[in-house]
Amino acid sequence: MSTLTQTPPDAPTGDRPPRRRRRVRVDWGRYHTWAVLAWLFAPILFMIAFSFNDPAGRHNITWQGFTLKWYQNAFAHSELNEAMFNSVSIALLTMVLAGGLGTLLGLALGRFSFRGKQLTNLVMFAAISAPEVVLGAALLSTFLMMNVTTGYWTTVIAHVMFCVSFVAITVRARVITLDPRLEEAARDLGAGPWDTFRLVTLPMLSPAIMAGGLLAFALSIDDYIITSFVSGDVTTFPLWIWGATRVGIPPQVNVMGTLLFAVGLLMAVINIVTARRRNAA
Amino acid sequence: MAPTSTTQPEAPDTGTAPAAGPAISLTGVVKSFRSGSETVRAVNGVDLEIERGEFFSLLGPSGCGKTTTMRMIAGFEDPTEGVVCLDGRDVTGVAANHRDVNMVFQSYALFPHMSVADNVAFGLRRKKVAKAEVTRRVARMLDLVELGHRAKHRPSQLSGGQQQRVALARALVNEPAALLLDEPLGALDLKLRQSMQVELKRIQREVGITFVYVTHDQGEALTMSDRIAVMNHGVVEQLGAPTEIYERPATRFVADFIGTSNLLRGVVGPASGDLWKVEVACASTALAAELPAQVSTGSHVHLTVRPEKVRISAARPEGEVSRLPGTVTETVYMGSSTHYQVDVGDGEEVTVYQQNSASSALAAERGERVWLSWPPEHSYVLPA
Repeated sequence: MSTLTQTPPDAPTGDRPPRRRRRVRVDWGRYHTWAVLAWLFAPILFMIAFSFNDPAGRHNITWQGFTLKWYQNAFAHSELNEAMFNSVSIALLTMVLAGGLGTLLGLALGRFSFRGKQLTNLVMFAAISAPEVVLGAALLSTFLMMNVTTGYWTTVIAHVMFCVSFVAITVRARVITLDPRLEEAARDLGAGPWDTFRLVTLPMLSPAIMAGGLLAFALSIDDYIITSFVSGDVTTFPLWIWGATRVGIPPQVNVMGTLLFAVGLLMAVINIVTARRRNAA
Repeated sequence: MAPTSTTQPEAPDTGTAPAAGPAISLTGVVKSFRSGSETVRAVNGVDLEIERGEFFSLLGPSGCGKTTTMRMIAGFEDPTEGVVCLDGRDVTGVAANHRDVNMVFQSYALFPHMSVADNVAFGLRRKKVAKAEVTRRVARMLDLVELGHRAKHRPSQLSGGQQQRVALARALVNEPAALLLDEPLGALDLKLRQSMQVELKRIQREVGITFVYVTHDQGEALTMSDRIAVMNHGVVEQLGAPTEIYERPATRFVADFIGTSNLLRGVVGPASGDLWKVEVACASTALAAELPAQVSTGSHVHLTVRPEKVRISAARPEGEVSRLPGTVTETVYMGSSTHYQVDVGDGEEVTVYQQNSASSALAAERGERVWLSWPPEHSYVLPA
């Protein structure tokens, strides 16, 4: 899955006073930075490189030669296509549902004090910190007890369940830093509660909502553990790959992984560029 | 809406022509806050009548209840007791968005995601004013605050003083019955603050809207206001024109808070002619032109005089003046004036500001024996 990476801080470049005896200074900060970057990106680079590999057997693990044929036949495996479609559509639904619910939750937690607020906080952190195996097992037993057949929609419900906390926490952090005077100013200028929310609060929260939504998408699309409990007959992209490892992963997986990474990278770049333009304008 | 309002399309839904009488009136207003287990009375019985077109200041130290009072006028707080009226209409309990007043916040509270023009247009658009009319009025208002060329910028691209003027334009464009300003110049540096004071006063004269101005800066209140209400501990200590507040402080708090005052402990003696004699602690006699109501012969009082009213001289001054002998303990040369500390005995000191004009009486040295004097009408008596 793609990662929204942060550029590491620049290696220190201080002007040092000239010294009589010249000593070779090793710039450890710089090496460390590159080492961390290599550590982070090596697996991704391997994935991208092997999407262009032309393996002889069923295992795409040794470099044989360059080819573009997997890109030409990217969608040759219908099962893989279906899994990919499931993953993307579940992730989009999760993004929208968890984004909406998480925004309301974050707004309530950041703005109001009410009975059960501490409990809500606790449950939210529990949902984040609980091991996925526990969540997955709990969800499965809940669905079984309620006599719900597991499948596509139970997967969506499960994903929304564990993503909502992340959105809520992101939005809450933003709500807390919002100047309450802004909403008062809107009321003062004649806006009712709904207009105030629509014209002032929501636009101010939108960066946090977007960030939370993207986080939800990212968490959903690569989730394996919880999905494996609650997906029933439905196969998602991570589930399919896991199944395929036993018989050899087709290079199309690398292709799709590369495409996903490219989309993520593109979104990150767009985000940075628009933020910079907004600041520079 | 009543049919009488056809002449004023943007009039608030009062439905009647503006009545004569005060623009804003507060009657017996109390506001208590729960702070932990105890209740704090931030505003403790305030009665105010603010006239139409007036520049009215609420002045006081932080925590005196001035901002809470203003927020009750704006509709952000509901009074615990009492009645708030706008244009003679009881608006107690009416939400802020249904009140015909607008506020300029200390932090400006400009909408950061909107352009300057959209910020200013916000109120008009909520009132469903026609598009062309909105454009015209926004442009005119931005010209008034000299920011026409910045209409398309975001607030974050403007300087503090410019943001301040946008906040002002955003409120004024709605032509409210009253404009409420909550320490609007607090975040600006001294030079800018002074030029904005002049600017605000000019704008107020031009638009003729009632201004209610909250500040803790006495200089600001004195220079701009038509009338000032000095607040302390949730009550109005004195209400009056700036000269009245400065020249005749009604309470010790006002005398201390506004400018510098010399306070001399004393006892009221007999009247001589139309003047009262006050025995001040250092066995001298000062004169006072009038006494407050609750004070009579024999009362312990504070006699108060402003440092710039006191004259310093080597010879004993003659005539109907208050005189005190004393020893100079400190002189501070301030350029246009010199400040003296004079020990008048009994551990009491008098501060004197003397203009350094060519004809000025005396350049006293430290340790020199001098006479202090002032006309009786410049000292006033406060109950001790």
